[in-house]
Amino acid sequence: MGMGLMSGSMIKVVIGPQHPALKEPERFIIEVEGEQVVQVTPRIGYVHRGIEKAMENRTYIQNLYLAERICGICSHAHTTCYVQAVEDLLSVEAPPRAKYIRTVIAELERIHSHLLWLGILAHEVGFDTFFMYVWRDREVIMDLLEEISGNRVNYAMNTIGGVRRDLDQEKISKILKGLEVIEEKAKKYIQMIQKEPTILKRTVGVGYLSSIDAVRYNAVGPLARASGVKRDVRKDDPYIAYDDISFNIVTRDEGDCFSRMMIRAEEILESINIVREALSKLPVGDISVKTRLVIPPSETVSRVEAPRGELIHYARSNGTDKPERYKIRAPTLANLKALCKMLTGIYLADVPVILAGIDPCFSCMDRMQIIDCEKKEKQSWTLDDLRRYAREWYQKH
Amino acid sequence: MGVVKTQFAFEALKSIFKKPSTEEYPHKRREPPKDFRGRPVWLIEKCVGCGLCARVCPVKAIKIIGRGKEVNVTYLLDRCIFCAQCAESCNIRAIAIVGEFEFAGYDKSKMSYIYDKKQLVEKEAEIAR
Repeated sequence: MGMGLMSGSMIKVVIGPQHPALKEPERFIIEVEGEQVVQVTPRIGYVHRGIEKAMENRTYIQNLYLAERICGICSHAHTTCYVQAVEDLLSVEAPPRAKYIRTVIAELERIHSHLLWLGILAHEVGFDTFFMYVWRDREVIMDLLEEISGNRVNYAMNTIGGVRRDLDQEKISKILKGLEVIEEKAKKYIQMIQKEPTILKRTVGVGYLSSIDAVRYNAVGPLARASGVKRDVRKDDPYIAYDDISFNIVTRDEGDCFSRMMIRAEEILESINIVREALSKLPVGDISVKTRLVIPPSETVSRVEAPRGELIHYARSNGTDKPERYKIRAPTLANLKALCKMLTGIYLADVPVILAGIDPCFSCMDRMQIIDCEKKEKQSWTLDDLRRYAREWYQKH
Repeated sequence: MGVVKTQFAFEALKSIFKKPSTEEYPHKRREPPKDFRGRPVWLIEKCVGCGLCARVCPVKAIKIIGRGKEVNVTYLLDRCIFCAQCAESCNIRAIAIVGEFEFAGYDKSKMSYIYDKKQLVEKEAEIAR
């Protein structure tokens, strides 16, 4: 604040919290001095839906569908984490075929989530053509998921002790055909990202996070990997079928928004290979085992690499058919501290790109309010205003 | 840079001659895939009224009164989340999933489906007579 008084223009920019279209609204109070961000204060908890408490009042079977609805985009990651925890409490293991099918769905989900995010970042930098192309191609994966699971978004593939639907030869050949389309497109997009000046100007060197800071602030997922930290639950603590499948962890050293974009584009290619290998190795056998509905007292922690990073579920049972305590830690919460670090000291015009850069579940900052401390003026901005401001600012500079 | 420009120009030119990528939904109805999870339908002549579907339903969209030949199932479409757990849990396969998805409406009272076995039996008896 002292600096603000000196220059006489400390402004608080309030971003958030409400947007009806996206989940996890979030509010950031950004103190700016001129163009530079001095301090960032996040305020979380706007979409506290009481899911953890609701889970304690439902049976384990009913909780499957509640866990699925924690997040719309990474719904399979949440159910995988949930069934893993419950299977651990029951000390049963899903049959190998079920594990492979879970892997296939998880990677398809990662592909569509990363494509969605690429589109969002392109939209944030003002490159809407790219956004449209990417989202058009994402439909290929969405249609595949609908074909396999019966729904585009909440797949409901997992059940306690296995999966609910099998993959037949027809579906497998459809998946392989769809992957070919996506692979070709993804390779083309990687080329485009690297050469397109619109993207390069807005992302290279923006939102830098050093590898030391990524470790210090506990960044997870693609955010950590873009800063050169090899952190991936799929390798560190293999679950479902990942220990049987060979794949690389994609890392880059730049630690800026551009490397985050490249990481996700390259992870799409890596995921395509994982799906292909999983489908070629698909074991024969049952897809689920019968389990009891009542679980003896125990407790467990389960970890899954969601498209956005490490997801942790904790469960404690008490001998009934309902959990006694359930705790969920989503990857965005882990990345929040690193985000605040990245936002400090940058230009206001870079805020939307960096916010979108961590692939938040909360990028729903539709209403923002500018309070000029000196003039006591209030001004309401929408996210579109901020985006327009950012584009105009970049045209001038 | 030149490469990128030609690539984008090529993509844009191709798009001119293509039909729109979006679905022309209200005019052209896309058929849902074979295993689409739509509305559950009770095959009431099979149902024994064990109540398992009502117990597993995560949103309490199913109400069952009576057992055996007097079973009455009320299915509330406005509560249903289309997870199809009821059909999966049914041991005698008395619940079928149909590929319907156009359920929007203004009247909530029209969104409950009642399956009554007693009525069905009476109707069949009448037809037999």
